[in-house]
Amino acid sequence: MTVTEHDIVVIGGGPAGLAAAIAAKKSGVNDVLILERGGELGGILNQCIHNGFGLHTFGEELTGSEYAARFIAEAEELGIPYKLDTMALDITPERVVTAVNRTDGVMTIKAGAVILAMGCRERPRGALNIAGFRPAGIFSAGTAQRLVNIEGYMPGKEVVILGSGDIGLIMARRMTLEGARVKLVAELMPYSGGLKRNIVQCLDDFDIPLLLSHTVVDIEGKERVTAVVVAEVDENRRPIPGTEQRISCDTLLLSCGLLPENELSQSAGVELSPVTGGAVVNESLETSVGGVFACGNVLHVHDLVDYVSEEAALAGENAARYVRGERCEGGEPISLRAGNGVRYTVPSFIAPERAGDKLTVRFRVADVYKNAFVCVYCGDECVQRRKKRVLAPGEMEQVVLTDRLFAENPGLSEITIKIETA
Amino acid sequence: MNTVELTCIGCPLGCNVTVKTEGERIISVSGNTCPRGESYARKEVTDPTRIVTTTMRVKGGARSRVACKTASDIPKGKIFEVMREIASAQAEAPVRLGDVLIVNVADTGVDVTATSSVAASDPQ
Ligand SMILES: Cc1cc2nc3c(=O)[nH]c(=O)nc-3n(C[C@H](O)[C@H](O)[C@H](O)COP(=O)(O)OP(=O)(O)OC[C@H]3O[C@@H](n4cnc5c(N)ncnc54)[C@H](O)[C@@H]3O)c2cc1C
Ligand code: SF4
Repeated sequence: MTVTEHDIVVIGGGPAGLAAAIAAKKSGVNDVLILERGGELGGILNQCIHNGFGLHTFGEELTGSEYAARFIAEAEELGIPYKLDTMALDITPERVVTAVNRTDGVMTIKAGAVILAMGCRERPRGALNIAGFRPAGIFSAGTAQRLVNIEGYMPGKEVVILGSGDIGLIMARRMTLEGARVKLVAELMPYSGGLKRNIVQCLDDFDIPLLLSHTVVDIEGKERVTAVVVAEVDENRRPIPGTEQRISCDTLLLSCGLLPENELSQSAGVELSPVTGGAVVNESLETSVGGVFACGNVLHVHDLVDYVSEEAALAGENAARYVRGERCEGGEPISLRAGNGVRYTVPSFIAPERAGDKLTVRFRVADVYKNAFVCVYCGDECVQRRKKRVLAPGEMEQVVLTDRLFAENPGLSEITIKIETA
Repeated sequence: MNTVELTCIGCPLGCNVTVKTEGERIISVSGNTCPRGESYARKEVTDPTRIVTTTMRVKGGARSRVACKTASDIPKGKIFEVMREIASAQAEAPVRLGDVLIVNVADTGVDVTATSSVAASDPQ
């Protein structure tokens, strides 16, 4: 077994891992290594052939693979080494990484700092809670995306999609373009989890109906799906008897949300948030285990890759500061609390000394709000209040906290972010 | 008189915009909260365009498909024609991101370009 040492080890070579490694290298740490379990860099973006990536970062609309290619090119120009087909198996709290591939076998890597960038995976069943056997023809939307876009294989001809998250919407258009008939998209919630633009350009463009407050209650077919039964649900998300409709189809796609992939983080002893499924981090995106940082979809699920890159760069810079011993000691940290209408915040803690002049806090709301206010409270005092015409769980929000706020409120122990409707 | 209902995609608000037309002429646009909604609706009604992204078969490549797109917007009504032409074409490896795969696809004046790279397959 080989034992090596590296200043920074990045786990995952998707957009998060790439941006983190690039930022770490640009911050002056030369010895950065990326471990990627897939056969190429770029992560999930390689199967995202649709456009809509990079508007914030590059001011133009790229496809997922084009966006990834830019970061891969930059990492290669900087000469950042990476190992493909290499799976990280374990991380200890002392930052010893065990990884394996065919050529090197099992490797032990002692890391000055570790950046977790493993992305997320699809919720396996999510809303689908149907007992009994499972005929062929049921795919997660992401698996279908890989089959169609990478393998050039069409999973079916007549399709029903459960879940209106962006991947489901994108796949509705994709399969329609490839000649399938997408009969409908059923969404359990009274609102779609996907971007408006995707509803218009992936469903409306092709007259595909979106049934809100609907779910699949039965699947017919022995060997292969032959039909699904869709029913309306009440406000407690229970199917309403008498509303069932049978829809013949040979394929059911499940687009039921994403979950951060954190088995490795757990082996390192990283504390996870029950809300996001990702690590609890401080202002530096450092987890509860010192020197272990997290970014991208493994930290919390993002809908825009631009924010992934931005967040990951911050993790990379902070990891660089950590290994160079340039980090100032933080005092007692301030807790960030998710108040009314806010599901979670990233980060959860802030050491003001390390927050820089501007700190971006990202969060998601719990419901759809119109003409509401995003408010920041220090104790009872509202220090920031911004009107938003619309807030939706599907779109990540952010507030920016400045060094002035911390300077004007010394000894602060808690900041609350909440939504006010009047 | 004709009435078209649209959802503006200019921002997450997603206003429902109603456009009334008389033949080719737009008589009124309503329901939009800001001017962006009006220009979006006018364009959607008179000249809707889209970028098409898909994949093309590759001959002699390390992979069987290359991702591609129309280099700019094409008329929405031509989406399926563009798809058919791409489906009947085949690229030859190696393909590099940005390579032109079809010139003037479906007579739109727009080219189809590669959005990923495919190396030539290793000679066995
Ligand atoms: C299907 C889909 C469609 C999307 N569409 C859009 C869109 O239209 N516009 C937009 O802006 N954003 C979109 N997004 C969001 C955006 O693509 C993601 O937020 C972004 O790719 C997340 O980057 P990441 O690096 O965190 O994760 P990933 O891209 O998932 O990368 C994680 C990498 O880590 C590797 N890895 C995992 N575990 C290990 C291990 N143990 N050892 C080694 N390597 C490991 C994986 O192989 C993978 O390559 C979409 C996301 C998905 C899933
Ligand atoms: S009309 Fe204006 S406010 Fe309404 S969705 Fe379009 S851009 Fe947004």
